[in-house]
Amino acid sequence: MRARGLTKLFDDVVALDKVDLDVPPGQIHGIVGPNGAGKTTLLGILLGLAFADGGSLEVLGAPVGRGRAVPDGVTGFVDGPGLYPALTARGNLAALARLRGPGAPTAGIDDVLEQVGLTDVADDKVRGFSLGMRQRLGLAAALLTKPRLLVLDEPANGLDPAGKRHVHRTLARLAADGATVILSSHRMDDLEELCSEVTILATGRVTFSGPLDKLAGENRELDYRLMTSDNDAARRVAAETDGITVVDDAGGVPNREGLVVRAPVPALDQLVPRLVQASIAVRELAPVVSPLETAFLALTERQESTQAKESVQ
Amino acid sequence: MTATTVAPTAAVSAARPIPVARAFRFELVKQLAQWRVRLLILACWIGPAIAVIVVSGQSTLPSDTLFGREMHATGWAGALVVLSFAGSWFFPLLTSVVAGDVFSSEDRLGTWRHLLVAVRSPRRIFAAKALASLTVLAMCVPGLAVSGVIGGLVVGSRALTGLDGHQLGPLDAAGKLLLAWLCALAPIGLLASVIFCRSPIGLLLPAFGGLAMQLASQVLPMPAALRVTLPSFAFLSWNGLFTSPPQLGSLIAGVAASLAWAAVATALAYRLFMRRDFTSLAHDGSVRRAITFGIAPLLAVWALSAAVVAAATGATGSGIDQAKLQRSLATSFAHLYRVQGQEVNHLNVTEAQLRVTASCTKGSGLVADVGPGNDWRCVVTWHLPGVNDAVGQAVYQLDVNANGRYVADGDGPNEVNGYFVVHTPYGIAPNPLWQFDGLVDLLSPTSKG
Repeated sequence: MRARGLTKLFDDVVALDKVDLDVPPGQIHGIVGPNGAGKTTLLGILLGLAFADGGSLEVLGAPVGRGRAVPDGVTGFVDGPGLYPALTARGNLAALARLRGPGAPTAGIDDVLEQVGLTDVADDKVRGFSLGMRQRLGLAAALLTKPRLLVLDEPANGLDPAGKRHVHRTLARLAADGATVILSSHRMDDLEELCSEVTILATGRVTFSGPLDKLAGENRELDYRLMTSDNDAARRVAAETDGITVVDDAGGVPNREGLVVRAPVPALDQLVPRLVQASIAVRELAPVVSPLETAFLALTERQESTQAKESVQ
Repeated sequence: MTATTVAPTAAVSAARPIPVARAFRFELVKQLAQWRVRLLILACWIGPAIAVIVVSGQSTLPSDTLFGREMHATGWAGALVVLSFAGSWFFPLLTSVVAGDVFSSEDRLGTWRHLLVAVRSPRRIFAAKALASLTVLAMCVPGLAVSGVIGGLVVGSRALTGLDGHQLGPLDAAGKLLLAWLCALAPIGLLASVIFCRSPIGLLLPAFGGLAMQLASQVLPMPAALRVTLPSFAFLSWNGLFTSPPQLGSLIAGVAASLAWAAVATALAYRLFMRRDFTSLAHDGSVRRAITFGIAPLLAVWALSAAVVAAATGATGSGIDQAKLQRSLATSFAHLYRVQGQEVNHLNVTEAQLRVTASCTKGSGLVADVGPGNDWRCVVTWHLPGVNDAVGQAVYQLDVNANGRYVADGDGPNEVNGYFVVHTPYGIAPNPLWQFDGLVDLLSPTSKG
């Protein structure tokens, strides 16, 4: 998928403003952004539900635009999966398979139901399904068409841990088989777990696009929760290490909840061996807020302040 | 930003829209999966038969409904009561549940995008939905007709008295009943459904609109040309088949106008549908759009078709006047006098021998002798066969409906048109000259006599 200068207007509102995006085959790519950033519009254009007013778009190597339909192999959903509550899960998929006809590449209904973990409720009416089950069935409907580009809007909505595992596993398998997956989500942990690259949109513009580690690198300091066998000693060691700031200095409160340190990754790399040398066992070291979320907040806040300045001027 | 060369892994073929036939089957599966649609189809195939059998066995008949007072006499009357009732109340509901919901349900369920991604052609989706709703309607309407006829046959297949008193044999009645059902179909639900989308109005408007037009075509004062070109008049214009000769002018005008309404409404619905932006969640219809693209063109169609009918027939007023009523009443009386003579005195007189005339006035002469109302009084005069120059007279009070249907109520002398029972092939029945239904052709030219 390759977009260059993609622009979409709704009357006076600029929904997408010269968006550039490249997603190679086999990649799971996340689209992140606050509400109204243009995520759904972008996904809608990728699915052929709308056409860009400017720029160019190639999907699976074929140009897409007015009069040039999205090629076969592109599927997905925006704003939730489209399911018919009067039909069973199997009935929904069977109707979709019949709609595609005998010549179209179609996966087995039982197979896709198993992939998303809905085999046990295959013959239940969708009317009684939870949001998470609907999301999984929507994914099954997309898998039925053997997609080469799968576009999903908030696929993790309402998923319980088991459902999330099914979805993640399915998407990873799909990408491993060479399909491209583009998904939007507000769940940063999901995106970090699934995506190798992300694009951050704010008010229709791309503020970042690239690998997640690059995003973490660009934001030098993050807050990390540190849990050790001796948190008082760990606090002293951390305070003596260059580049480390102890944020959660609780002032002598016993060490039950650990401490929070603010540091770039290289400083952390120095801290951990020092802790070990001081015979302090490291039990947990994890970002308090994920790098993606930190970047998301920083970039979108920066965008908002820039816009505020522009509007004042 | 990454710069990655996209390397297609397999040959790319342009997405081809799904054929209409497959999309139609998909729509049909969705429609038939709904319990209310299945219930509706079942009710259409069973309900009328039960209703006809049960009502025909009651001592009190639905005499307010056309042919209702004849339900003891013949089963064909029951089948026609089903048609009358369906035209007034059931068709708008049927259209609402089936055609009215076909588009708005996708909004309620949030499935438009899914459907568009799957089918890849709004044009084909529209065609498939229109065909599917027509198919479901086609599953329902014959059920009403067949079930009504079956119920009627259980009651008894005997001669039916037409709206001018002439007798229709069973085969004639069956043929006209079939023709009447064919004439009484006017789909208009798609437009409202497309305009109002996710709003419940999309579902309710066809029902309310249909009922409102039905009431308008039966009750509201308006020129005959406007009345017969309301789409709902097709639900009534079949009445003209049950006179001899049939009142084809109103029938043809009514059916043509309803087809024009249906065609224009469907074209408008198609236009609105194709212009819709399916990426906008906020789309929910608007009053301005409804008026601009929905109501205004249909009003134009109504005005235009009424002008054509008025120009072709010369009909300008209500279509109900003294001369037409007198002619209609005299004809009905002659036919029914002959029936009464055969049942009571076993006389075999002809209508020509009776030389029946009628003299009608409205409002005791205080108002003009035109228009509907329950204040028409008529004196019927006839020559008694076999008695030199003897003349009989009978009085009737007429309640004339705006759509041309009237009820004649005998007002003496009692031995002619009062209430007494006669012996008929099906048992004891009220005097046929006591109360009977008649019909005035709204579009026929007025002529004295």
